[in-house]
Amino acid sequence: MTDAVVLGWQQRIRDAAASGRPLRIRGGGSKDFYGQEPVGELLDTTPLAGIVDYDPTELVLTARAGTPLAEVERVLADAGQMLAFEPPHFGPGATLGGTVAAGLSGPRRPYAGAVRDLVLGTRILDGRGTELAFGGRVMKNVAGFDVARLMTGALGTLGVLLEISLKCQPLPKAVTVRVLECGAAESLRLTCGWAAQPLSLAGTCHVDGRLVVRLAGAAPAVAAAAARIGGSAWPEGDALFASLREQTHPFFAAAGGPGRALWRLAVKPTAPYADLGGAQLIEWGGALRWLDLDAGADPQPLRAWAASHGGHATLFRGGDKAAGVFQPLDETLLGLHRRLKANFDPQGILNRGRLYPGL
Amino acid sequence: MLDSAVSSRLAALLPPEAWLTADEDTRAYECDGLTLYRTRPAAVALPETEAQVVAILRQCHQARIPVVARGAGTGLSGGATPDAGGVLLSLAKFRRILAIDPESQTAVVQPGVRNLAISEAAAAHGLYYAPDPSSQIACTIGGNVAENAGGVHCLKYGLTVHNVRRVRGVLIDGSTVEFGGDALDAPGYDLLALINGSEGLLAVITEVTVKLTPKPLLAQVALASFDDVGRAGLAVSAVIGAGIVPAGLEMMDRAATRAVEAFVHANYPLDAQAILLVESDGTPEEVAAEMAEIKRVLAASGATAIRVSTDEKERLLLWSGRKAAFPAVGRIAADYICMDGTIPRRTLPQVLARIDEFSHRFGLACANVFHAGDGNLHPLIMFDANVAEEAERAEAFGAAILELCIEVGGTITGEHGVGIEKIRQMCTQFRPDELTSFLGVKAAFDEHGLLNPGKAVPTLHRCAEFGKMHVHRGALPHPELPRF
Repeated sequence: MTDAVVLGWQQRIRDAAASGRPLRIRGGGSKDFYGQEPVGELLDTTPLAGIVDYDPTELVLTARAGTPLAEVERVLADAGQMLAFEPPHFGPGATLGGTVAAGLSGPRRPYAGAVRDLVLGTRILDGRGTELAFGGRVMKNVAGFDVARLMTGALGTLGVLLEISLKCQPLPKAVTVRVLECGAAESLRLTCGWAAQPLSLAGTCHVDGRLVVRLAGAAPAVAAAAARIGGSAWPEGDALFASLREQTHPFFAAAGGPGRALWRLAVKPTAPYADLGGAQLIEWGGALRWLDLDAGADPQPLRAWAASHGGHATLFRGGDKAAGVFQPLDETLLGLHRRLKANFDPQGILNRGRLYPGL
Repeated sequence: MLDSAVSSRLAALLPPEAWLTADEDTRAYECDGLTLYRTRPAAVALPETEAQVVAILRQCHQARIPVVARGAGTGLSGGATPDAGGVLLSLAKFRRILAIDPESQTAVVQPGVRNLAISEAAAAHGLYYAPDPSSQIACTIGGNVAENAGGVHCLKYGLTVHNVRRVRGVLIDGSTVEFGGDALDAPGYDLLALINGSEGLLAVITEVTVKLTPKPLLAQVALASFDDVGRAGLAVSAVIGAGIVPAGLEMMDRAATRAVEAFVHANYPLDAQAILLVESDGTPEEVAAEMAEIKRVLAASGATAIRVSTDEKERLLLWSGRKAAFPAVGRIAADYICMDGTIPRRTLPQVLARIDEFSHRFGLACANVFHAGDGNLHPLIMFDANVAEEAERAEAFGAAILELCIEVGGTITGEHGVGIEKIRQMCTQFRPDELTSFLGVKAAFDEHGLLNPGKAVPTLHRCAEFGKMHVHRGALPHPELPRF
């Protein structure tokens, strides 16, 4: 009962594997900017769309990869649920498949988990055109290796996503946003301290001498946490967190401008504030530092600083991708990556080089 | 038996007391929590440093000797069953907590640290390690990662994979590797997700960084009775459907409550066909509001009685019955086997009815305990191994349950792992192409198949030997034929 669309893709993948010509997998194209330059003949995933199964009492949604993310979110919201990882759309055409392939999560990530935490199962076509299903539609499943999560964030280099099952969560009953005036170092001290307490945190952002904190959960808990955190209420909180998630905030608008590069540094939340040569926006309670730098800035000091704080640096937008987008892997990890790629895509035709050269 | 030259090279890597080959010394390692299967390993190695692990693995890799890593040996699927011709690598001496960092809410621990010991060490900071498998007083974090262990609180707080930041390990060729990191994500493929639940097939774990969670200020549990098992199942869906994610949501049928009541006297209602335990945690205000809602939904779903714990002592008493379910069944039955399927919650009434049918057909009693919130079913099949053919019947009963789980869209194992116990059913749950892909993942880490051979992923050859057919998405081959 394989879909005609899928049958067509299987043929294209087999042809591509035979000829060695790469395929560029693309949904809405909203994340074309991310990763190394896409190469190859276009494989448009948007024809494979639609929600396959959704029962709010199961907390599980299954949809085809080309389903618009907006549609998924609308259907969930109608049932009082959400994708708790707050995936960024970065454009009107964002699809569920692209969301999972890119593996990006929004402001709620430290408190509700990342995309990979909520992926329960995937159905894919590997680089031979073989249809494979991993994981499932249930909350707990330890049969076989967790290949469904391995697909998350692999940027389409291990398979073409066909269908995805995700865990959904109820919308919080109450949300409130507080603001405090403070410097970056003080902001990090505060957010690390709060994270160790049961405070209903659901997002933090420090930029321009101001710390904004979102609290979400049961109304009494949110009220108690707001009193504990102090500061003052921030009426435009929803708009602010939407602008962080979608990177329409003025900080990101400036960093995405001509001659600029937006760097993403994921580090241990306790990493001290460091002047890395440009304006910074800090999210995720200190675990995510966005940096607005000159397009020609040397990546080496950034990568070294991030690594020394348990993390990694990514050239997120703009800049010179020739020096690599993602933090280089050590020899052992790179060897594992190459062999996994060879297992799923022996001819190296799926999104060739999008993640690392040679993968 | 190991080749004597190889054996002496391996022995030279460790102090004499850390290399065991005598029969009386290796006997203690012949099985894990799945005691049905026993094998004596050729040798037991008890390293205490990563350098020793590296040296042992390098040597075994060169000589092509199988290696089975073992933590506390509490696993229920035979994942740590030794290989007769191989080395059993015990990580029992890796028992140091290296760091507790309240600022980043993490703990860095060696793999032999007990699950509960992490929470005990973090308690001074108001933090704990959330995944709580029932064996948490004994099981170790290395084994938890290898099995992606669950617990009664994972609906709200996640499984092991959601609570581990970084795993350091050694590949079979002796190279050290780190998956994940101190940040919330890592570059490249999500190998951290892959290592969780990999059942010791990919790497030997030598260090783990876990995420710690702030301890809730208060927890309360409601005990609800139902006069019908199916109605209790629908109540579970009603709770979730009301937008509540309880800290714990457990169900037991009458056979299970009767067994535990005689054992721990938790004051469970003995006339109820099923009971639910629904826990709420958070701030006192939060718990009060959520518990009021839980009671409302349970009453509307037909609960015949609802009792809410009034203090911590009563809460622990109500939980004691659930936590004692396995030993309680062990008391009333000569032997039992525990199944571990997961099903979509909505299929629960139908699945329980079928299990009841199987119970009559196989002539064996079965008590059901159920992590109802996440659909994870633990039927306990009771039998007497001394009665002719009862063990075979029990196994057939268990296999029927697992295949039923697959048929309704679930899985053969929610948290215990495949090990050797469920390796046959892997041939039913997955198609040959998928098994081939798993074997390819294995080969990417361990080309010669030396780490924990014969576990978790069957070869296609073995599936053919088992004569298993594949049931995919409930589509049985030849649906016109009756099946029992």
